Amino acid sequence: MAKLHISATVNGEPTEFLCEPDETMLDVLRGPLGLTGSKEGCGSGDCGACSITLDGRLVCSCLMLAAEAEGADIRTIEGMAEGDTLHPLQRKFLEMAALQCGICTPGMLVAAKALLDRNPDPSESEVRYWLAGNLCRCTGYDKIVRAVLETAAEMREAVR
Amino acid sequence: MSGSAADGVPASPLSYLDRPNSYIGRSVARPNARRLLAGQGQYVGDIVLARMLHVAFYRSPHAHARIGRIDVAAAAASREVVWVVTGADILGICKPWVGVLGHLKGMKSAPQPALALDRVFAQGEPIVAVVARSQAAAEDAVQKIAVDFEALPPLTEPEAALAEGAPVLHPELGDNLAFERRIEVGAVDAAFAAAAAVVEDTFDFARQTGVTLEPRGIVADYRAADGRLTLYQSSQAPHMMRALMARQFGLPESDIRVVAPDIGGSFGIKIHCYPDEMATVALAILLKRPVKFVADRLESFVSDIHARGHRVRGRMAVDAEGRILAFVADALTGVGPYSAYPRTSAVEANQVINLIGGPYVFPAYRARARVAFQNKVVMSQYRAVGHPIACTVTEALIDRAAAALGLDPAEMRRRNLIKDDAYPVTSAVGLKFEGLSHHRALAKMLEMMDYEALRAEQAALRARGIHRGIGLASFIEITNPSPAFYGAGGAPIAAQDGCAIRLDPEGGLTLQASVGEQGQGTETVLAQIAASVFDVPLARVRVVTGDTDTTPQGGDNWASRAAGIAGEATLQATKALKANVLEIAGALLQMPPARLDIRDGKVVEAASGAARFDLAEIARMVYFRTDALPEGVKPELMATRHYVPRGYPFAFTNGVQASYLEVDTATGAVTLLKHWVVEDCGTVINPLLVAEQLRGGIVQGIGGALYEECVYDEQGQMQNANMADYLVPMAAEMPDIEIGHVAGTPTAESELGAKGTGEAGVAAAPAAVLNAVNDALRPFAARVTAQPMTPECILRALGKLPSRRGAAGPAFG
Ligand code: FES
Ligand code: FES
Repeated sequence: MAKLHISATVNGEPTEFLCEPDETMLDVLRGPLGLTGSKEGCGSGDCGACSITLDGRLVCSCLMLAAEAEGADIRTIEGMAEGDTLHPLQRKFLEMAALQCGICTPGMLVAAKALLDRNPDPSESEVRYWLAGNLCRCTGYDKIVRAVLETAAEMREAVR
Repeated sequence: MSGSAADGVPASPLSYLDRPNSYIGRSVARPNARRLLAGQGQYVGDIVLARMLHVAFYRSPHAHARIGRIDVAAAAASREVVWVVTGADILGICKPWVGVLGHLKGMKSAPQPALALDRVFAQGEPIVAVVARSQAAAEDAVQKIAVDFEALPPLTEPEAALAEGAPVLHPELGDNLAFERRIEVGAVDAAFAAAAAVVEDTFDFARQTGVTLEPRGIVADYRAADGRLTLYQSSQAPHMMRALMARQFGLPESDIRVVAPDIGGSFGIKIHCYPDEMATVALAILLKRPVKFVADRLESFVSDIHARGHRVRGRMAVDAEGRILAFVADALTGVGPYSAYPRTSAVEANQVINLIGGPYVFPAYRARARVAFQNKVVMSQYRAVGHPIACTVTEALIDRAAAALGLDPAEMRRRNLIKDDAYPVTSAVGLKFEGLSHHRALAKMLEMMDYEALRAEQAALRARGIHRGIGLASFIEITNPSPAFYGAGGAPIAAQDGCAIRLDPEGGLTLQASVGEQGQGTETVLAQIAASVFDVPLARVRVVTGDTDTTPQGGDNWASRAAGIAGEATLQATKALKANVLEIAGALLQMPPARLDIRDGKVVEAASGAARFDLAEIARMVYFRTDALPEGVKPELMATRHYVPRGYPFAFTNGVQASYLEVDTATGAVTLLKHWVVEDCGTVINPLLVAEQLRGGIVQGIGGALYEECVYDEQGQMQNANMADYLVPMAAEMPDIEIGHVAGTPTAESELGAKGTGEAGVAAAPAAVLNAVNDALRPFAARVTAQPMTPECILRALGKLPSRRGAAGPAFG
């Protein structure tokens, strides 16, 4: 099979890569692009560990073909902090112990950020349902949900 | 973040460490979590080595079959494929192993090969390994393998496996009974004859599996030039693995290095030897190239160990006042075709009969545990081994007896829990309790949940046709296991742990510990202890774990032992280092060391607090200006201590959980409204991390209670071996979990006094939920005795669906 040549923007950087027509975005991110922050927990769209945004839309990169990235704006966990400054969500997760083993955390953060980008004032049940596709086997979710709510409150405070 | 309490867990008083700058009892955040948040964690799947190859496995589609011709020609012809390997090809280097332990008397198991030889005994057993230049190529080539099977009748149910005349899976063993143990204490028959009430039920616990979000994985790297084998393994037990690999491959332990990098969840799943990982190591040695194996989710479901899978018949006799006179328990489990190596597959059943009735006083006990071989995936130990089963049986019977006598469930517990001032206590079964706080915990729980008000609310809603239930579950939890177990049973599993600590040239501390980090916060807790004892800011302590080359020999992480055992080793090592530093400072200042102290990173005069040296000055003198040190001063800025608990076989913790929920009697759906836990784990080092261990554990326990089940058909095929069909708890369904604490019972075995806390959540959550469901169903005279309590199971209990317990019996085990 001939490889496809794809041009995209990844975390703000113009990026080109070659991929097989049937290769997933997750495999390209973790392989040739070296962005291993996105994780494979299932490969079937059921765990959210591979969450990224595609033109601002939250997607499972394990279900997306790499070829679909042509011309798109891709964001991953690696693009979340600004230099050394953690995103408020990352800071809150750290403070509140909203992670244990950390393997679900990149996906959780990307998904939570996508929520706050569209809804700066979510209710607890909106947070719980938004994150219902992200499996965490360690924390029991309580601190994750609370960290997202507290971050939202702080970010609203900050723009005021 | 810092503070003195999280979730109402107070800081514990601790004389030695109770200094102004102590971090003990403070909810500090985990410094090592930053890289995980940035997506810079390094898990096995992220590791790439030069010349690395990938392996994928052809696994048995049958539960039981004879292997005929294996056609690998098409797979071997693939351009990217390096080697296609069958069982016979690696038998020379990788002999089958046997998962038995000497102290489990009479236990037996058959030799288990890395790749199946002439027969397969379970779905998912690896038969052929394909090594290729990429993972995708290896997986594609596996699809091209053709194997002729002669299907054999599968033996799936443990009862059938143990029945007279059953076909024997491994004829050389004589029968299918892997292990049996009986307990008989006190006058059981007399107790039942004299009882005011007897309650009895048969409880079924489905098979579950751990579903670590990071699947198992290993990169094996054998360098022929120096004969060194390095394993990067998603493992909670690198020291144990090194010893096992040395035995398995005939290499000296000193030539093996096991590195456990970031681990994406373990929960007991990643503490066993798996055939696919053994095969990967064998291939790396034979190919003299790094070989990587990472399980995909589908193969995880049929190759990770399963657990629980029990049927327990339980009976309890009580007198007219509700006092327990006797328990009888008969536990049966099926553990697949082999006992897992090296911890075996008998410990869960053994633990079940050890722990039944654990929180209570009762004089007589009869129990039997039987472990059968069968054609399903291997079962072994998963978080809180045996606990949720024993706790559910016990607590459900307590509630039934309370109902039979017209007692409130809380009162029934009050009458039977071991008294708080009775310790030390040896139970009827022989469990030794140093100190527990069941009554304080129960009182705290009832106050925290406002039990009376909740009962009133329940009654009011019941009148309106809304069926809510309240469930209580008292529990004990095994932590800090002593040397009496695996080591005594012949496995290279240590009960001691070590810590080496040194003063760095810039005045910080580096601590190397034999336990590891899987996210529970081990490194943070050890750093808190060292920072408190030495009195330096926490940020100046660096902790190294997870590498057998750079850490002391020790017991790794299992059975909630890191804080209690490695924590004490850390405390003692830090004290020793501190004494060395004060001796050096005393020599430099010509003052007795006893008149000096370290405070906030400086050597000070103890009486006045006047600063005399920065720690960095001492370190620089000792390391680089030894010429300027007074005669006789030893340049010892590193200290190592090991610790092992010996006085008690375990440091038991105790506590109580409660669940409040609503059952929709039309659909059978359960809505969790609230969950509470009170736990006493002795000295609390980091209340936030304790709270999160409890919460995470409770949610895993709720998973077992309501959702999780490895569903098998009669052919031994797992029907839901994927993440869409095997249900685990997700954020949307989980209740608020409130945590309370009581004045604890630190263990006096160690100066630190800490016990573990990793199992407690899982131990009692299923019992609390089951009791709450049955409390909700009480008006219907219906009850549930099986887990998971799916809507279907609840509707069956309500008589709205036909009962499944017919001639064939329910599926379990
Ligand atoms: S790996 Fe993509 S959803 Fe699980
Ligand atoms: S922190 Fe381990 S899976 Fe979420």
